Formats: sequence, structure tokens, C-alpha cells
Amino acid sequence: MSAALVEVVDVSKRFGGLQAVDKVSCDLHEGEVVGLLGHNGAGKSTLIKLLSGVYPIDSGEIRVRGKSCKFETPADARAAGIETIHQTLALAENLDAPSNLFLGREMRTRLGLLDSDRMEHEARQVIQRLNPNFKDFRKPVSAMSGGQRQTVAIARALYFNARILIMDEPCAALGPAETRMVLDTILRLKREGIGIFLISHDMPDVFEVCDRATVMKNGAVVDTVKVADVTPEDVLGMIILGQKPAAKVA
Amino acid sequence: MRSNLEAAGFDARFSALVLALGAIWVALAIATDGVFVSPRNLYNLSIQTCVTAIMACGMVFLIVARQIDLSVGSIMAFTGMMVAWTQTNKLGIEGNVGWIASIGVGIVGGLLLGLFQGWWAAYRGVPAFVVTLAGYLMFRGAAFLVADGQTLAPLSDNFQRLGGGLQGSIGPAWSWLLAGVGCAALILQTHSARRSRAAYGAKQHPLWADVLKVALIGGALLAFVAVVCAYPDPSSETESGKGIAVPVLLLLVIALVLDVVARRTRFGRHVWALGGNPEAALLSGLPTKRLLLQLFMLSGALAAIAAVITTARLGSGSHSIGQMAELYVIAATVIGGTSLTGGTGSIAGAIVGALLIQTLDNGMVLLDVPTAQRQIFIGLILIAAVWFDGLYSKGGRK
Repeated sequence: MSAALVEVVDVSKRFGGLQAVDKVSCDLHEGEVVGLLGHNGAGKSTLIKLLSGVYPIDSGEIRVRGKSCKFETPADARAAGIETIHQTLALAENLDAPSNLFLGREMRTRLGLLDSDRMEHEARQVIQRLNPNFKDFRKPVSAMSGGQRQTVAIARALYFNARILIMDEPCAALGPAETRMVLDTILRLKREGIGIFLISHDMPDVFEVCDRATVMKNGAVVDTVKVADVTPEDVLGMIILGQKPAAKVA
Repeated sequence: MRSNLEAAGFDARFSALVLALGAIWVALAIATDGVFVSPRNLYNLSIQTCVTAIMACGMVFLIVARQIDLSVGSIMAFTGMMVAWTQTNKLGIEGNVGWIASIGVGIVGGLLLGLFQGWWAAYRGVPAFVVTLAGYLMFRGAAFLVADGQTLAPLSDNFQRLGGGLQGSIGPAWSWLLAGVGCAALILQTHSARRSRAAYGAKQHPLWADVLKVALIGGALLAFVAVVCAYPDPSSETESGKGIAVPVLLLLVIALVLDVVARRTRFGRHVWALGGNPEAALLSGLPTKRLLLQLFMLSGALAAIAAVITTARLGSGSHSIGQMAELYVIAATVIGGTSLTGGTGSIAGAIVGALLIQTLDNGMVLLDVPTAQRQIFIGLILIAAVWFDGLYSKGGRK
């Protein structure tokens, strides 16, 4: 197996009286999709917010390519090559696709002004590769369908050549065709050697694209399993009961 | 209709606003037997609009970012007093150093008041409404304290030209030259924008639409200069026209700069993104708190510039200037299409909004409507503008 892209070692995060993430360890390798599974409130979203620099970690360590990283802001995580597609997509609904794609990393002309035409051109390249039906690059996100919004969010993560991608329930609000588009994109990125943490509640999706699955309950990791070695029922048992699958215990 | 307009690159809301303004002008011209559209009245209207419009430019940024500044009128009073005090009590009114430095003092004062309010709002989480309501009270009190409630006079003659009064305009020659340069720049800018989009093979607005736009804006500019040059300057011996008033020139420069800041810089883009979705701005790593702080400072500095114009126009420093300015400014901003829900607004809209509200004020004065009734009417206009904004945004979402 190749060297780990990301290693999370005994990371904890506390909010007041709630131990949201409790000594969690997991890792991610090149060309690998690791599912992060668990109930609502199991700590998945907090964990990815730690990985994407939204919250600082209380204790433990995050290593990217073997190097220990301290993320104070989302910009730090991005600088380390981690791109996150949040469940809310984090798009400014009043702005168009190119503005969102380059938000915080705008291209500028020699005079220091925004180079809108170039950004639109670049946005068109990356977005139409994902979704050839995407035509209107001047309309605001608020006028887009769910699939188009998801496309913009994914394009934003891909444009900057991230090698590490975190996707928080990317298919939750999508129809079947759009879900297919997202899953195909995940498989393609995997072939390109990108490592992906995928949060999902949908077992067929997880079993189709994931190599391993890390199951969380009450902020802690129940276990990490190879998807090929288990059945959906085993994984569901881990999520609901918080127990390791029988086959593995035996 | 709306989508056709927008496909051609015309903002539907802005176009409607300009048409409404035109209709009001026609109505007032008829109601006042043409007095309203006389060069003298339009020249005065252009000066009256400046103070409100300059502050409205800053209010656009604040309201877009889901903030508000209720203290602009009080900042005007305080900084105006500081400017006058610097001239009368410190640096004197002879020569040019004193009055220029006094403007610097006023603007720095405005920036500091903005820094104070912005710090509480951005870094201490006190709602802007509360912070600036407190500022509204505090800075008005501070303005009184500068000279213990007295009026400060006389002020430097050259300073008073900034108010647009005696010798407060640039004359016909410079006005026409500026108008010519403005039109040329407009044409060049439109041409280079089209060439840039063509180079990337991006979708263009139809050529006729761009030509029409340039013709309308350039025509408005030339018509304005023609009107202010038709108003004879009583202070000139040759009886030549007044030309563009100095405060209008200030407004044009400020508006041009802030329009570029709003639409063509990272700062502007980040403010709009923050207003559209604060969470997204944070997750995208934008420095949201610093942005808010800077916006309050911008608003403070613009209020100080408005104070300079008002003080120069009065020819004395008074602690009672800028009363109800916040209402006129917010009304102008909202009428100009800046949505109180954040994320949408434009500088051009705010200026036309300011022109519209000053038009109503000016027109009612010409029609001998008493102050009390005028206040009631302007209040109703503010409610109507916000109501319309709600309707319009809902319509846009469908």
C-alpha cells in the first residue's frame, strides 16, 4: 500500500459538555475512498470540520503526507491540499458559478482587479467536464437545480488540484441521475489517485465506491473495515449497535 | 420582459428605478410650471443629492453584508465640528494648509469612529443595529462637546468652495472636457470588455444593447453638463455657466472608485459573498470579521466627507448637521435596489435612489409642502421601498 495521504491520530474535540470527537484515528491513501459512517450526531461532521480547518483540534494529531499539520482556518487546510465539499455546499447563492468556484482564490489582472472573463473561462472548462448540460455561467446559484449546485461545489474542490477530498453527503439532496453523476465522478477521481473521505448514509453507494469504511458512534470509532470483507448488514450492525462484526471478532 | 432585459445586460430593477425617476421629474415639472427643471433648481438638486449619495455608497456595502449604520448623521456632525474646529481654533483660515489638513483630521476621525463601531460589531458580536444606535447618540453628544454647542465660523474661503456655493464649480470648459473624457472612457471600456469576452469565446450581450447602454449613460452625462452650464454663475464677470459643482465632482470620483471596488476587486466580491451566505464565506476562508471592520470604517470616512461638503456649504461648523441623514441614506440605498436581506445591491442604484429621494424632497419644497408633511411622506416612501424589495426578491426566486 502507498504512503498515507492523511493520518488522523487520537484526535479529540469537545464542545462544552459534549465530547463530539473522542480519540479518533483513521487514515486515507492515494486512490482510496474511505467511507465515514454513523448515525446523525456520531461525530462525522465534526471530524471533517476538524480536517477542513473549520474548528481547531483539542488534542491528537493530523498528518498530511507524514507531515504534522495545525489547521487554524479553512485556508490552512486548503493550503495543505485538503478540499472539502460541505453538506450545505457552502455556496454564496447570490453569486454565479465562476464567482463561487474562485471564492477566496480569485484570479486577478495585472492591475489587481478581478479577471472575471478568465475565471468564467476556467470555470467553464472544469464544470462542463463534470456536467456537459451546464450552460448558463452568469446565473446566480439561487437559480440553479440541486445537481447544478453540487456540480459547482465539486468543481470548486477539483479545480485547485486537491489530492485529498472530503465529501459530506454529496448525494443526499439529489435525484437518481445526478447521484449517478456524483458516483461516477468519485470513481474517476479515485482512478486519478485522489484520496476521498466520503460521508454517506446510503449503503449501496458506500458499497459501490468505498474501499474501506470507518464507523463512528458517540464520537468514537467503532472500527474500520475493508468493504470487501463485510456485508451491508455487518456495517449496519456496527452503526446501530456500535459492535464490531462477528466475523472479525471471531 | 424581465428576462429579456437581463439577457441584454440591463438590470431590470435599475431600469425600472430610472423610469420611475423620469416619471416623477415629468410630474414635478408640470406641477411647478417648469421651475423644477430649471437649470438653477437642477444645479441645486445635484448638490443636495451629493451628501446623501456619498454616504449611500458606503451603506450599500454595509447592507449587502447584512449590517447597518444608523450613526452616519451623528458621525457627520462630529467630524464636521472637528473640521471646523481645526480651522478656527488650530490651523487658521489663511492659506491652503489649514483647510486641507482639517479635512484630513475629519476623515481620520470618521475612520476612527468606524473602527470603534466595527470592532464592537465584528469582534465582540454586538449587533450592528445596537452599536450604531449607540453611536447615533454618542457622536451627536460628542459633536456638541467640541465647541460647547457653539457654531464655529468663519471658515477658509477655499474650503467653502467644496460646498458648491460661491465659486464652487469648475466652469463650462472643464465640465465639457470632463464629460468628453468620461464618454471616451466609457466607449473604450465597453469595447475592451467585449474584446476580452470574445477572446475567451464567452457569451456576449447583443451589440445593440451595449451601444444603447453607452448612448444612454453618455447622453445622461452630456445632458447633465449642458444643464449645469446653462445656469449662469453670479460670481463670474463674464456671466458664463457654473458647470459641474465641486461636491458633484467628489461624488462622481467616489462613486466610480467604489463601483470598481464593489464589482471588480476581491474586497467587493468577498463582501457580496459574505452577505449572500455568511457560512459559505467562513468555510471559504474569507476574513469575515476584518471585512466587517473595514466596512464600518469606510462608512465613517464617507460620512466625514459628507460632513466636509455640508460644513463647507454652510460656511460654519454646526453640531446639528446631519439630522435624519441616516434615514435618507438608508432610504436611498434601499430604493436603489440594495436588499435588506443581504447579498444584492449596487452603487449606481444607490446614487439614483439618493437622487430620487432628494427629488421628492426638493419637489415638495417647491410645492410649499411643510416640513412635517414631508417627513411623513419620506417615511412612507421608505416603507414602500422595503415592501417592493420583498415582493421583487420573492418574484425572482420563482
